[in-house]
Amino acid sequence: MGTEEFLQQVANAISLGAIYSLFALGYALVFSILGVLNLAHSAVFMWGAFFGLISVIEFKLPLLLSLPVAMLGAGLIGVVLDYVAFRPLRNRNAPRISQLISSIGAAALLVSVAQLVFGTQPQRFPFAILPTAPLEGLPFRVTLIQVIVLVVALLLMVLLNILVMRTRLGQAMRAVAFSQRTASLLGIHVGGIFTSTFFLAGALAGVAGVFFGLTYNSILPFMGDQVALKGLTAIVLGGMGSIPGAVLGGFAVSGLERFSVAIGGSDYRDAIVFLILFLMLLVRPQGLIGQKEQTRA
Amino acid sequence: MLSPLAETIFQFMMRDALLGLSIYLTLYTGMFSLANAGFMAIGAYGSVILMRQFDWPLGVVLIVSMILCGLIALPIGLPVLRLRDIYLAIATIGFGEVVRILIINFDKLASSVVGEPVVLTNGGAGISGIPKLAETWHLLLFLALTSFFIVRLHRSRFGVAMSAIRQDERVAATMGINVVYTKVVVFALSAMLAGAAGVFDAYLSRAIRPNDYGFTQAVNILAYAVLGGTTTWVGPIVGGMALRALPEMLRFSQQFRGVLSGAVLLVVIVYLPGGLVNPAGWARLWQRARGKLPPGAEPSQAGAD
Repeated sequence: MGTEEFLQQVANAISLGAIYSLFALGYALVFSILGVLNLAHSAVFMWGAFFGLISVIEFKLPLLLSLPVAMLGAGLIGVVLDYVAFRPLRNRNAPRISQLISSIGAAALLVSVAQLVFGTQPQRFPFAILPTAPLEGLPFRVTLIQVIVLVVALLLMVLLNILVMRTRLGQAMRAVAFSQRTASLLGIHVGGIFTSTFFLAGALAGVAGVFFGLTYNSILPFMGDQVALKGLTAIVLGGMGSIPGAVLGGFAVSGLERFSVAIGGSDYRDAIVFLILFLMLLVRPQGLIGQKEQTRA
Repeated sequence: MLSPLAETIFQFMMRDALLGLSIYLTLYTGMFSLANAGFMAIGAYGSVILMRQFDWPLGVVLIVSMILCGLIALPIGLPVLRLRDIYLAIATIGFGEVVRILIINFDKLASSVVGEPVVLTNGGAGISGIPKLAETWHLLLFLALTSFFIVRLHRSRFGVAMSAIRQDERVAATMGINVVYTKVVVFALSAMLAGAAGVFDAYLSRAIRPNDYGFTQAVNILAYAVLGGTTTWVGPIVGGMALRALPEMLRFSQQFRGVLSGAVLLVVIVYLPGGLVNPAGWARLWQRARGKLPPGAEPSQAGAD
């Protein structure tokens, strides 16, 4: 593999990794604060992509303005998801496997509804508005879209970090993640924290969805399947519920994927990612940088 | 007797009952495994390839495919079953995806190893033109034998061990139950049942594609067991049959099937956590509806703690 091709794959991996990281952050947020795995996250991602698409095609919004629309729409879906699929079970103190099952049900429902509304054919952003021309003066092919994806993704990650580490809301979120009971004794409105967590996770999935749709320019109800397991792999690699871990995991997954394409295994790139997931779960389930989870099994 | 259409629907209902039973075995032992769709694929592809290569009758192919699934389940189960709830679910979803991708790429892989073109799984397009060899009485007999086997299993020491592991793994181990052995055997049995359902699927639907056995199928199988309830073995049979028959009876199009499956999972797990076949749950719901029971009391349920 020549240096040029290597650099090309690295560039692709970084832009794709930014999308995976944004997506995986939503899984990690929900898992760290509620202790449940939201398997409907990939369906929210898909709806986010459609919100972006609709705002561009139907409402003629500029591309960058479609991002906040997608974030808002997908965030609201996340909140609805909490009220429908998680809250009733939480109020009943149901085991977390029940919440996993209800999130699977919600995912199937969201995908099927999208199929009924949008059909099963892939839909595209109009080519005219896509800045697909490669930037000049670089040894490898990078499009403006890839640059926008990376810049916006990094910006959002920094904002998320500030939100979680420096604001009162973030402080409350961390308190709830540590202990719901203690947090509620300290006067934190735990239900509200859960709602904002789901909104944040949904909003992140929404941007990731639009970016993924822009990168491959193909948006369809099943597009969540392409990232669902990669997002899971990312958070398993980074340690379930770890926020920096999710970012690291996202880039690691895209790196692995692009690397296996580069060495000629493009047919098996997904298989390789899942094989790593498999091994990681067996050997180091607390993730690369995480700590052991202390729970009663 | 039944009209041809009704008979076909009935055959698929029995296939789904088998799938429900296959995930019931693991849930009953407290393992949240979603590997069944993957084993179903192995059963379906294994049986078709075996019959094409060796020209064996359906019965032999069925037994060999089931053994194949069991043998594959052993090395997979040994390491994977160390994981619990969410982690086990993720790992087994990963297993299903790896099986699907390997089937899609099997011909290319085999061709490069052998050095001449091999066409066995036919990539993503799948295999079509499979003869419809599975008859209603085959399925009825197999379902009856399986149910009989599961009833006997529940009454055996092994069945008691399964239940004990679900209720508390550590206590079970302290009582001298070999937890690893029990879990791996149950995983293999579940894989064999899923494989058998895959064989019947191939010889009922006459065409198989790798994408028929993806995550969606795994979710459907889970829905059968959750809808029926996993407190008794009757539950998954009822759940599988009901979820197959309902869209047909309501004359739903294929697209509404996903809506139904998702809504069923959601509504049942939220409002009827024990499933359809769960007398205690119904009594509780009735009492709650009459305002005699405070909300928040959670009935114990199999496979969920």
